Amino acid sequence: MAVLKLEIVTPEAKVYSEDVDMVTLPGVEGEMGIFPMHIPLMTQIAAGEIVARKGGQDFFLAVGEGFVEVTGDRVAILTDMAIQADDIDETKAEEARKRAEARLAEKLNDEETATVQAALLHSLTQLNVKRRRRS
Amino acid sequence: MASLRDLRRRIKSIKNTAQITKAMQMVASAKMRKAQMAAVAGRPYAQLMNEVLSAATAGAGEFSHPLMEQREGSRRAVILITTDKGLCGALNTNLLREAGRLEAGNTVFVTAGKKGAQWAARLKRELGAEFLYKDTPAFADARAISKFAQQLFLEGKVDRVDVLFTNFISTINQRPELRPLLPIGKLHKLEAGVGGENAAATLEGTGREYQFEPAPAKLLGDLLPQYVNYQVYQYLLEAKASEHSARMVAMKNATDNAKGIIKDLSLEYNKLRQANITKELLEITSAAMAMGN
Repeated sequence: MAVLKLEIVTPEAKVYSEDVDMVTLPGVEGEMGIFPMHIPLMTQIAAGEIVARKGGQDFFLAVGEGFVEVTGDRVAILTDMAIQADDIDETKAEEARKRAEARLAEKLNDEETATVQAALLHSLTQLNVKRRRRS
Repeated sequence: MASLRDLRRRIKSIKNTAQITKAMQMVASAKMRKAQMAAVAGRPYAQLMNEVLSAATAGAGEFSHPLMEQREGSRRAVILITTDKGLCGALNTNLLREAGRLEAGNTVFVTAGKKGAQWAARLKRELGAEFLYKDTPAFADARAISKFAQQLFLEGKVDRVDVLFTNFISTINQRPELRPLLPIGKLHKLEAGVGGENAAATLEGTGREYQFEPAPAKLLGDLLPQYVNYQVYQYLLEAKASEHSARMVAMKNATDNAKGIIKDLSLEYNKLRQANITKELLEITSAAMAMGN
């Protein structure tokens, strides 16, 4: 059976590189599932979770905003942040969220608000992925 | 003339200094390798971004973006990437000499690193913002700097943005360089990894036909800020690698100098010691001869 090579790269490292059967992406225009032999596609994703199905098992990853290149046998994701659900440290993510919210409450100028909001989005994504998996 | 005890003290203190500089040299060389590794780790990202960029530009056809707008004005922002600490030879001096040549009237500095901020404050240059970046630069650091610069540009406060940083040519050779960042002219192929002159190669298409979702123009519009962020990130890594290699060389020189001084002082110490012994012997024998009379 045909497989898809799922690659997730950030500027700091190649986070994930595995052969999978199917990928679900949080596209900006709605969630989309990609199977092998998909037509070549360029798309954008929002912060959210990626589900990779492999041998009947689902693997979850939290990602930030980014871009995706799909070819028939490869899904390559270009993003700022990606982390596997198992690696998410919930207490740390929760702390990061609180810190970001506290800073947002202070009077900040525009650039700082933008940075903090990005940080907040990242920690929220991680928390959502982790929590959904547990319940 | 220095006494024996003074000489002994000086030798000891210089030995201590030599030990410290030697340790700093080792640390700097390890950190330099780390910065180089970090730059290389971004290679898959750069490759993928090149692919997306080339596909999107091919799909978008005639395309214009606020970040690509060429303006006539002369106001400019310069992102000045310096180190936080000294003890790295002439690196910052060379860099800030270049910075000093820029026209004071219409240049806003955005500094990364403490030395640049101190310099701007001391010379009363216009300082837009000061950023710090960690010893191992994170992409988030670069994004904050890049976002600020993009905003200055988009709001029309400046007409162009340049980056002044130290280019890592080799371990013993680093050169301050001024590179344009905004407006984005021709899109260049991104290169990962520090070192070399890396002449900017142009984008080449993959020859594949893609579907786009959303439309290529929208996608490209969102991609361009990322492209700029990534460039800033590469500059930060390059500057870091330069800093550590400059420090390594400076500390090696310091260690060598200290060793030279220790050698000279030891020679002087031994000479003095022998002179003292000879003098004592002379006193004893002359006393004995006087007694023998």
